[in-house]
Amino acid sequence: MLDKLKKIWQVLNRPSVHYSLGFLTLGGFVAGVIFWGGFNTALEATNKEAFCIGCHEMENNVYQELQSTIHFTNRSGVRATCPDCHVPHNWTDKIARKMQASKEVWGKVFGTINTREKFENKRRELAEHEWARLKANDSLECRNCHNFTYMDFTRQSPRAAQMHSTSLASGEKTCIDCHKGIAHHLPDMAGVEGF
Amino acid sequence: MKTFKLVSAFSVLAFSTLMMTSVTAASIPEDRIDTLRQAPINVEPNPPAMQAVLNKDIKEMRNYPMQPPVIPHKIDGYQLDLKVNKCMSCHARHRTGDSQAPMVSVTHYMDRDNNFLAELSPRRYFCTQCHVPQLDAKLLVENDFVDMDHLIKANTEQNKH
Repeated sequence: MLDKLKKIWQVLNRPSVHYSLGFLTLGGFVAGVIFWGGFNTALEATNKEAFCIGCHEMENNVYQELQSTIHFTNRSGVRATCPDCHVPHNWTDKIARKMQASKEVWGKVFGTINTREKFENKRRELAEHEWARLKANDSLECRNCHNFTYMDFTRQSPRAAQMHSTSLASGEKTCIDCHKGIAHHLPDMAGVEGF
Repeated sequence: MKTFKLVSAFSVLAFSTLMMTSVTAASIPEDRIDTLRQAPINVEPNPPAMQAVLNKDIKEMRNYPMQPPVIPHKIDGYQLDLKVNKCMSCHARHRTGDSQAPMVSVTHYMDRDNNFLAELSPRRYFCTQCHVPQLDAKLLVENDFVDMDHLIKANTEQNKH
């Protein structure tokens, strides 16, 4: 084992015999562009709604529920797709989330939520994961579009303005504390704070 | 046997009276029947423009003491099923401190034998059975309801003279 590693190190350590320095640097650069581009393209492909609802678990449950909400259809036609809320936009956080998602591949392979009944039984647990994530990052995915700095309280209903100008403004609460279940149906909320 | 005859005679009489009333019911002029449809039965009329729900958060006066209060805000997307009652996340007793919303009245915690329950009574669980949001819309049918306060006032004034 050690001998093998030593041999590899010797090959890497020696100057190239057959290829020119120009070929190696330029070739390395081009290969890097291709690989990096390919990696990001593949990453973006997994970050599309069509990819998410490619599985019946997502299409038949959560996607159906989303369709009647204001995040799917509204007066101005701006809409949020799955990754807008469920995948961080920042690159490092996105990679971290994508690695976590390997658990979801496991779930798909072993069919943990492949029937409506199984999904309903897991709904509370799955929802709690998302609430915990949004609570921990101060509802970052909400704030990617809904920027507190530019909120006009005078254009909100008195009730909304009251809540946003006190609890939200002081940082005591974050979006998800009150706005649970705005895009999907809620599970049984017994014992959840605020219900 | 005699009583049976008497009973049958009565039922025949009752039946014929019923027939006569149904005949009068059928004679209601056609233009007074389809007041809400306003179009022939085989024509799909253009639906009226949808109105915005009143969302001013100011209590509406009740038209009579026992009227379930109407909802002065939007309830779009509020989940109300066996799992969740979204209304209660503001209007439950233990939530009114944070929300400053009116608490549901104590009658909602009583069963039909007037026993108080710890939780909302199942027969009062589905809020929108009685409580509804409002539109600023014209009445579809004429309404000549008179508030009883007006009736009492009119009565006392009549008695004065």
